[in-house]
Amino acid sequence: MTMSDPEQEEASKGLPDAEPEGAIVDGDESHERWLDEQAGPLVRPYVMTRGRTEPVRGTFDLITMVVATGLPAAPELGMDPEHQAVVRLCEEPMSVAEIAGQLNLPTVTVRVLLGDLLSKGLITVEDPQTEDELADDDDLYLAVIDGLKAL
Amino acid sequence: MDSRRFDRRGRRLPKATKIVVAGGFGVGKTTLVGTVSETKPLRTEELLTDKSVGVDDVEGVEAKSTTTVAMDFGRITLKDEFVLYLFGTPGQERFWFMWDEITLGALGAVVLADTRRLADCFPAVDYFERRGTPFIVAVNCFEGSRRFELDEVEMALNLGEHVPIVLCDARDKESCKNVLVTLVQHARKTRREKRPVEV
Repeated sequence: MTMSDPEQEEASKGLPDAEPEGAIVDGDESHERWLDEQAGPLVRPYVMTRGRTEPVRGTFDLITMVVATGLPAAPELGMDPEHQAVVRLCEEPMSVAEIAGQLNLPTVTVRVLLGDLLSKGLITVEDPQTEDELADDDDLYLAVIDGLKAL
Repeated sequence: MDSRRFDRRGRRLPKATKIVVAGGFGVGKTTLVGTVSETKPLRTEELLTDKSVGVDDVEGVEAKSTTTVAMDFGRITLKDEFVLYLFGTPGQERFWFMWDEITLGALGAVVLADTRRLADCFPAVDYFERRGTPFIVAVNCFEGSRRFELDEVEMALNLGEHVPIVLCDARDKESCKNVLVTLVQHARKTRREKRPVEV
């Protein structure tokens, strides 16, 4: 396999362990088998979350803001290198979408990782306002208008 | 009322809000996002899971080329306590579930239009009209566009007369700022009309 082939590189960007097409993946002990022959590119993101697609805690909108609490994401807490990467990134407040974009991970994966971190108290989150709350928050509209004009 | 969280240095987490940038393929959505954002636009990818396919009728997702849906977005830090995100809609308009996700909770939407391919923006106009999301139409002026075309656009789109239509150049920062300010002013007015302010 030539890694210099640009198409190949593009296809495997962020998915270094992508299996070849038609791969059958065995879950460790769970007897889970992904038989979808198109599932190659999906393997790594789900392996990273041990097959989970829903976070254990939290809902995580794309613009939910996340910041690390400063506690170490220790392996003893079940934290993997990916969890640690998220914690490092969130030294400064950052949205879920930015975390996904920076780490080049699908948002579904990031949400699961964030759920783990939230349940261990390693991050603090701030969910965005609902549409009803927005409608009542005239100050926000004015602040956005002023902020944009001042750019 | 203000229950915002603090980070470990005692700073408040910023309030995040967002604006959707929609329109046909190649109309300049990512250009606009990049012009006003403080950094190069980022890209996030959603996987098409069984769940999303089950909930929304998405045709053709079984094809390998559509196992992910990409969205470009940018960030504007307005003040320490306010962050505005601009989300471009995915290029493939059949992924309505993604439109729902990025539109939910948005201040409003900018529909970018190109007079040479005006029909490309119809689906976006329909979508925001039906959903009740405040939106404006921004006609991206590629070289040679002229003022009279705005009237044609207005007629062709048959918008409610309250929907602003503006000319813009997606490569020009001042022009993009003007688009966004126009949208937020329009959204503010629309929301207030919908929900009378309690006194």
